[in-house]
Amino acid sequence: MIQSLLIANRGEIACRVIETARQMGIRTIAVYSAADAQARHTQLADEAYYIGPAPSNESYLKADTIIDVAKSAGADAIHPGYGFLSENESFAELCQQNDIIFVGPPVSAIAAMGSKSAAKAIMEEAGVPLVPGYHGSEQDEDTLFSKAKEVGFPLLLKAAYGGGGKGMRVVESEQDFKSALSSAKREAKSSFGNDKVLFERFIRNPRHVEIQVFCDQHGNAVYLAERDCSVQRRHQKVIEEAPAPALSETTRQAMGEAAVKAAKAIDYVGAGTVEFLYDASGEFFFMEMNTRLQVEHPVTEMITGLDLVEWQLMVASGDSLPLTQDAVTVNGHAFEARIYAEDPANDFLPSTGTIRHLRTPAVNAGVRIDTGVEQGDEISSFYDPMIAKLIVWDTDRDRALLKLQRALKQYRVTGLHTNIEFLHRLASHPAFMRMDLTTEFIQQYEQSLFPESTQDLAWVRTEAAVFDVLQRQTQITTNNSPWNRADALRLNEAAVHVVEFSDGEELNRVELEQTDNGFNVTIGEERFAIQASIRDDQLNVVVNGHRYQRYIATCDDTLTVFTEQGPVTLHRHKVADTLVDDNAGGGLVAPMNGTITDVLVSKGDHVEKDQALVIMEAMKMEYTIKAHCAGEVTDVFFASGDLVSDGDELVAIAEKE
Amino acid sequence: MAILASKVNTRDEQFKANYESMQAVVDDVNAKVEQIKQGGGPKYQERHLSRGKLLPRQRINKLLDAGSAFLEIGQFAAWDVYDDYVPAAGVVAGIGRVEGVECMIVANDATVKGGTYYPLTVKKHLRAQEIAERCHLPCIYLVDSGGANLPRQDDVFPDKDHFGRIFFNQANMSAKGIPQIAVVMGLCTAGGAYVPAMADESVIVKEQGTIFLAGPPLVKAATGEEVSAEELGGADVHTRVSGVADHFAHNDEHALALARRSVARLNRPAPTQLDQRESKPPRYDAKELYGIVGIDLRKPYDVHEVIARVVDDSDFDEFKANYGTTLVTGFARIHGYPVGIVANNGILFSESAQKGAHFIELCAQRKIPLVFLQNITGFMVGKKYEAEGIAKHGAKMVMAVSCAKVPKFTVLIGGSYGAGNYGMCGRAYDPTLMFMWPNARISVMGGEQAAGVMAQVTKDNLARKGEKLSAEDEAKLKQPIVEQYEKQGHPYYASGRLWDDGIIDPAQTRDVLGLSIAASLNAPIEDSQFGVFRM
Repeated sequence: MIQSLLIANRGEIACRVIETARQMGIRTIAVYSAADAQARHTQLADEAYYIGPAPSNESYLKADTIIDVAKSAGADAIHPGYGFLSENESFAELCQQNDIIFVGPPVSAIAAMGSKSAAKAIMEEAGVPLVPGYHGSEQDEDTLFSKAKEVGFPLLLKAAYGGGGKGMRVVESEQDFKSALSSAKREAKSSFGNDKVLFERFIRNPRHVEIQVFCDQHGNAVYLAERDCSVQRRHQKVIEEAPAPALSETTRQAMGEAAVKAAKAIDYVGAGTVEFLYDASGEFFFMEMNTRLQVEHPVTEMITGLDLVEWQLMVASGDSLPLTQDAVTVNGHAFEARIYAEDPANDFLPSTGTIRHLRTPAVNAGVRIDTGVEQGDEISSFYDPMIAKLIVWDTDRDRALLKLQRALKQYRVTGLHTNIEFLHRLASHPAFMRMDLTTEFIQQYEQSLFPESTQDLAWVRTEAAVFDVLQRQTQITTNNSPWNRADALRLNEAAVHVVEFSDGEELNRVELEQTDNGFNVTIGEERFAIQASIRDDQLNVVVNGHRYQRYIATCDDTLTVFTEQGPVTLHRHKVADTLVDDNAGGGLVAPMNGTITDVLVSKGDHVEKDQALVIMEAMKMEYTIKAHCAGEVTDVFFASGDLVSDGDELVAIAEKE
Repeated sequence: MAILASKVNTRDEQFKANYESMQAVVDDVNAKVEQIKQGGGPKYQERHLSRGKLLPRQRINKLLDAGSAFLEIGQFAAWDVYDDYVPAAGVVAGIGRVEGVECMIVANDATVKGGTYYPLTVKKHLRAQEIAERCHLPCIYLVDSGGANLPRQDDVFPDKDHFGRIFFNQANMSAKGIPQIAVVMGLCTAGGAYVPAMADESVIVKEQGTIFLAGPPLVKAATGEEVSAEELGGADVHTRVSGVADHFAHNDEHALALARRSVARLNRPAPTQLDQRESKPPRYDAKELYGIVGIDLRKPYDVHEVIARVVDDSDFDEFKANYGTTLVTGFARIHGYPVGIVANNGILFSESAQKGAHFIELCAQRKIPLVFLQNITGFMVGKKYEAEGIAKHGAKMVMAVSCAKVPKFTVLIGGSYGAGNYGMCGRAYDPTLMFMWPNARISVMGGEQAAGVMAQVTKDNLARKGEKLSAEDEAKLKQPIVEQYEKQGHPYYASGRLWDDGIIDPAQTRDVLGLSIAASLNAPIEDSQFGVFRM
């Protein structure tokens, strides 16, 4: 029996585990880094312990510290969540040595699946279908190159000890191989401490279908249906669903049985996921097995009605699986959309900053939100920039998809870039709706997923101006002075509110004439009478007999209008805007907060356009800062290892005449 | 609760006729204001704008808090007074909110005769300062003026209430802790140089603002020195070398932002707190005042109908309702503030005058602001009334009005004639602010009465010679007098000469009074000390 559980994780998964554990009567113990002292998981648990500075290798990856905390706090089990120490065999071993239950598979199973090459060998032996590839230990460049030619191009290069898409690269042809190899190795080294790589044939337009398996300590194993996680960008899942659409019952069963076979081949215990590539012809190939609870496990929970964390804790306590395979039923359809702080328009670059405004759809039986952040929290560069997982369920795929679209529209975040609007476009894309799913979906439909804006900005600005004025007029004040009414009263002339917006270059002014029951505004040649009221971030508008709502978030000098086409952020015109001395230019700035890993040029060097200057790492990804023009390096502001902030100038170049 | 029950029938023909007549004069006021807003006209405005400067009303809008009301004063100043067209007397003035503080703003309009000071420009500037001093409102001067209007120097320079008084007022207000802030956005020459120099804090705009006692031409004439205006008295010189100005601004917008910051750090005391309640609108539509009042001053109406459309919730606690009924007195609220209302409902008799004096004393004692709704032809005349001492009873009311130190607000809603004007807090009795409806008239007596008096005097003279005045001659005699009184008693004539602070739309009365009361409360309310009442 587990009585006290330490959750060696943060964010939404820590919160998720705490909630189930609490329902089971288990005492919950959180751990937190310096960055997470006020985080939701820290507050939610019964107790929380500080384990170190913000960087994860000094906190959430500190196995010893966590074990010490578990012992002193009297925890009899540790749930590792996903990521961090969840698939770290030495941590699992450490738990064992200290008589603490590791909520996960046995050390041997983690070890078996930890190296992708070893895993494939085991699967090959067990008769699980595999994609051709090289998983050998010979790692010198020449061997790898000749093996690559044997497997054939395009091929997919991966870190042998990696996961989550980090360090993965598609190599289209022979001549790209060596450069891709060196950067894959570098990234693998920095992310996983081991630069061993593997590769295999890259299957075009496959689907990513995975099976949730569960095994207990008594040799029982079941599969809990499948998930389709085909829609990915940069090999990271974007929207997952369960069950996988348009999958024949035969394939489903064959895949499930193959997954159970795979799990049994390594004497698996607990929750695991066997990932398959499913190609257009209906063939499927074993990809890898994840020996942890997956990010997307909620879709399985929604269609099976089970609580996988509860099962994990039961299995870890030594209980038998509560259900046999025959008793597992699937009901309806579920989607999960991963809401990230990132900028889809800018190559999905992670976005850091404070969540200034956060409103979410109402949670009910068909809408679930798993999150670890609240309004006012910061998304830092130290951890994964996920804000939340939005999960919806309904009786069939079409209904669930409609619900997902609506819920995404109700999810409103400002303060940083998010992928919410992108997710909405994805969820409402005709190809997605007709189940035309492949892992290339986003590249394939790039144009329609990133449409040209046809936003009526003049009207958006009018809505924002009305909101702004009404917000002022309804402000709570300490007295009833009529001067507080902000009604722009003038003697013997119309009261006109002037609201000016500026994007630094263009100044746009909206003039609203105050009337007895609203405002008059002229756009172009047309005059509109607007009636409006506000409540929290909601603007209710009646214009030409059409009543509708708009949601508008204000923070400092910005107003973000959530339109049908996504959020539009407007900046109030400030005098200081017009006074900026624009002597900048030619500066090369950090795209986000991060660490400089390499400086390739020094002062006085002549550089060509697009030459790499600085390599920085942020959000566990590598970015190369390139010269925007040919010229001479006049200054280098940082050295390798330095921390830089978003917008910091890194290198100065004097452009060649 | 004493809710006034309105007996007005809005479908009545007379009501409709009144409504239309009032609407017509209100429309005329609005049309003239539209013209006044154009300042010196498109040509001069464009030239002004092309220099990168903002127009005075644009400057004020940028200076004010977003959405702030602007209670303009002297909007019609110099209207049809001079041969020259000098809209708003070349200076826009009024009360507005800056960083949450009610301020008096005085902005020269350089598009109107170079912003030079005509006699009425001076009068308006001084009136703005007087209101500021009375209400303890920080003053913000947006300076852009060529100084005194030289051809009219005799009416601008030498006397007590002439140009020099501006700086006297700045000094004395500063001494009282009423902040004086100057923003130099254009010329500021000779005497004008003292506006920023006398200010507590000043801002000057690069390449626009100049401050010097003598401009380059005069310097050249006097000493032969050749110097540019910018070198002589530009922003750089004054903020870097001379210290005449404190803050350097890049442009108008920046200067106004700096002025706002100055106000933000003033550390103003909280306004006087009255027993303020939640503001409730009147139960009746203010626009109905048009149909009730109309523009024919001879047609009587019940002033309770006016009060019902001005005070909160139309709730009016009448004082001595059954005594001296030609003067209506009582307690009410406007925008939540307690007020004492004194309103005419006919000619003043001894009883009404005594009641008025009593009520004014009450309000002074309790420190409740007074609102006078003036529509008065005068005190009753005749043997009986002189014998009962109407002069001394009237004097009591005048004494009470003169000495009451609470904020007083007068609105001329109809006629303002003779001694009635005194007892009802006319301009001479220092109302904090005074406004006029467009239907109102002001003169020593009505035009008809004046003409009648003149005709009677002529008749008497002729009678002594045994002659008679023919009806035709009498009409000929009366006509010009009636016309003169009508012209001189008209709101445009009155407001043009700053006998009041502005013409207002009757429908805006309640809001204007509310803003006025709130602004006046920036000053503490003094105790009132009355003189000897003749009993």
